[in-house]
Amino acid sequence: MSNTEQTAHKVCWSCKGPVEASALFCETCNAIQAPGQLDHFTRFGLEHSFAVDVDAMEATYLKQQQKLHPDRFASRSGREQALSSQQAASLNEAFETLKNPVARAHYMLRLAGHEPEGGEGHTVNDPGLLMEAMEMREALDDADDKITIDAMIKDTRKQARACEKDLGAAFDSKSYDAAKKLATRLRYLMKMTEEARAKKSRLAAA
Amino acid sequence: MALLKIHEPGETPLPHEDERQIAVGIDLGTTNSVVAISNSEKPEVLRDKSGGNAIVPSVVYYGDDTPVVGEAARDQINTDASRVVSSVKRLMGRGLDDVKSVAGTLPYHVEVPEKSETENGEPMMVRLNVGNRVLTPVEVSADILRSLRTRAEESLDQPVEKAVITVPAYFDDGARTATKDAAKLAGIEVLRLVNEPTAAALAYGLDNGAEGLYAVYDLGGGTFDISLLKMQKGVFQVKATGGDAALGGDDFDHAIAEHLLAERKDGGATDDLDASDAKRLLKAARTVKESLTDQDSVEVTVPLNGKETKHSVTREQFDGMIAKLVARTTTITEQVLDDADVLPEDVKGVVLVGGSTRVPAVRKAVADLFEQEPLSDIDPDEVVALGAALQAEALTGGSDNLLLDVTPLSLGLETMGGIVEKVIDRNTPIPVAKAQEFTTYQDGQSAMMIHVVQGEREMVDQCRSLARFVLTGIPSMAAGAARIRVQFNVDADGLLTVSAREETTGTEQEVAVKPTYGINESDMATMLRDSMVHAREDMEMRVLTEARVDARRNILAVNAAMEADRALLSKEDEASINQAIANLETAMAGEDREAINDAAEALENASRPFAEARMDSRIRQALAGQNVDEVH
Ligand SMILES: Nc1ncnc2c1ncn2[C@@H]1O[C@H](COP(=O)(O)OP(=O)(O)O)[C@@H](O)[C@H]1O
Ligand SMILES: [Mg+2]
Repeated sequence: MSNTEQTAHKVCWSCKGPVEASALFCETCNAIQAPGQLDHFTRFGLEHSFAVDVDAMEATYLKQQQKLHPDRFASRSGREQALSSQQAASLNEAFETLKNPVARAHYMLRLAGHEPEGGEGHTVNDPGLLMEAMEMREALDDADDKITIDAMIKDTRKQARACEKDLGAAFDSKSYDAAKKLATRLRYLMKMTEEARAKKSRLAAA
Repeated sequence: MALLKIHEPGETPLPHEDERQIAVGIDLGTTNSVVAISNSEKPEVLRDKSGGNAIVPSVVYYGDDTPVVGEAARDQINTDASRVVSSVKRLMGRGLDDVKSVAGTLPYHVEVPEKSETENGEPMMVRLNVGNRVLTPVEVSADILRSLRTRAEESLDQPVEKAVITVPAYFDDGARTATKDAAKLAGIEVLRLVNEPTAAALAYGLDNGAEGLYAVYDLGGGTFDISLLKMQKGVFQVKATGGDAALGGDDFDHAIAEHLLAERKDGGATDDLDASDAKRLLKAARTVKESLTDQDSVEVTVPLNGKETKHSVTREQFDGMIAKLVARTTTITEQVLDDADVLPEDVKGVVLVGGSTRVPAVRKAVADLFEQEPLSDIDPDEVVALGAALQAEALTGGSDNLLLDVTPLSLGLETMGGIVEKVIDRNTPIPVAKAQEFTTYQDGQSAMMIHVVQGEREMVDQCRSLARFVLTGIPSMAAGAARIRVQFNVDADGLLTVSAREETTGTEQEVAVKPTYGINESDMATMLRDSMVHAREDMEMRVLTEARVDARRNILAVNAAMEADRALLSKEDEASINQAIANLETAMAGEDREAINDAAEALENASRPFAEARMDSRIRQALAGQNVDEVH
């Protein structure tokens, strides 16, 4: 982290002394602090980049939960319990958002001041994508054996991988319009994979 | 400046002796309950005075004296069946609608409440008619918990007031709240509600040093739970969970009972069963079922309505009767694997929990699905309580292990047209806080109905209704202009709180809702008064302990600050702070909570000038462009 910036301070609720605004614990009295306005990437000490090493991030997540989770504060004061619950919830939110590539893309778009497509009214105006999605859905409807569905799942997953790569490039070059489209495509691909899986278990159950 | 050796962040000092009360783990089962204690990560179940059975049947007999719990209560089925209550866990947090679906399977009368909702829109809890008493499931559960508490106190020879209580992972919010209420009635402070499969994984994992992905398959008397956990370096992370809150060994008993009745009918008997007959028949069916675990065929005599019939049931017949039920568990298991995006072969081990996993057909189905022999080296009857005891120890005495659990069911709100808008998806790690914004759809709309539901279906009436409340006082605006923020919080016990607020104007309104399933504060107060427990004293003791905990933390914080910034501390301030600390310590040694709080406030006042000096100094450093990190 950069050392030249001035660090913002607030008052520690416990020892009433100064504490860094983003600190999890007071460096003087060790009391747990309220979660600040940390963005999700900073929470995990990550660059603002779409390419995230999820396993490494999970290791950081677990290490932080070890310190912040309410179970660590079960015999502490009510205030500490409440703060720990807030901290653990913020950490969970950060992890869940960055873990999932679609949520991560949407989050990065919002950070950059762009509203992702299809959030509220589900309006997507990419005829190519809509066509593709329709074809995939038809193919899924027609598929009635495990092998065909497995092949479809494999294919959509491969496409999703490629799409994630493109998304990384789009964010790197700050091409947010492209990123928006790609995020929508990725969302469709994930949804198709999910539907294919659901159909597979329906077939298996029948 | 001397570097101060402080605890690692989060590595909190252990609670003081006088606050470290003993805490047990309780598996409050549908059929059987077990209480256990752990010391130095060595959990053990607590047996009755004679050192006998660890298992306490979750059965209560309401005779003329105080309620009788356990084996002795179950024996009364043969003599005074109408006053025996069993499987009450199936009714925890249940409302009218649910009872219709399970009533036929319950061996006692369930009183259907007149109205299905209280005036607050909360679903009414069902009540049971037992002998001449009317009881809620919460009260019956409290009687069971009370008896477990007594068992623990007798066995440990000291008071027990804290516990970790397990619940099925699949328990919804109403059932969780009801369980906590029952504990409160029994004078037990719930340190944490832990999901049964998670507790089992903890007991199993610590015992075996397990690492990797494990499935816990728990089939008890009345509930089925399946959880998928990742175990690594002391962290037990639930990846996905699923189940059926009304599927278990009881259903196997019913299948056998129906089979026996059908055979009697073929033999010309016309059976019109009353509740007591049904209880006796089910008891016989259960014996048949349990015998078929070790035998290929069992003979049974059914004496009903003055006609005795002899039957023979084979294992093969039994397997046929329960095939559909077992298949339901494997379908749910596959769904959970899908949810977590995991293939059966990725699972390193399958832990079996619950008495019904002794049924050979169940074992075979699990082995076939995962293509491996399931593990059962810890007694499936005890493993949940042992895990709960470990967690109780971890919460009171500190631990290197951590349980990270998830929400079992999605939580959402009703929107236009009765469609559910999900706010928190199932399998989201807890604790979780999430907000969603809504707007008004009419010009000048001044109120908005907030209807909270739980479940996976799209339509409100297919989900479980948790609470309904109205946000009023929305200032007059055009349709779509208001911004109503609805906040969902699920705590580490899996309990939900919802609040709503209009955000565009200065006028803020907040309503917090806790679904309670019909036990409101005043009912609770009455029940507490009626109960034999010294609830009031327990309460006062708790508040006193809390005041001491707070005070101790205050002293530690001030001492740490004085260590760190001694240069900023004037002689006079130091003297008055030390005096205030001494006064507080004296107060803490006493029993007067007010005195402790007053002394704590005095300490805060005495240390204020010093705290301000520290703050000023830090600001000056920052202004001088000097980085704080460099000071250390
Ligand atoms: N040997 C056995 N064979 C078959 N079923 C058994 C056996 N022992 C216990 N059970 C069944 O297990 C169920 C109780 O399991 P348990 O785990 O104690 O339930 P719960 O967790 O619901 O209290 C009952 O339905 C009981 O009949
Ligand atoms: Mg159980």
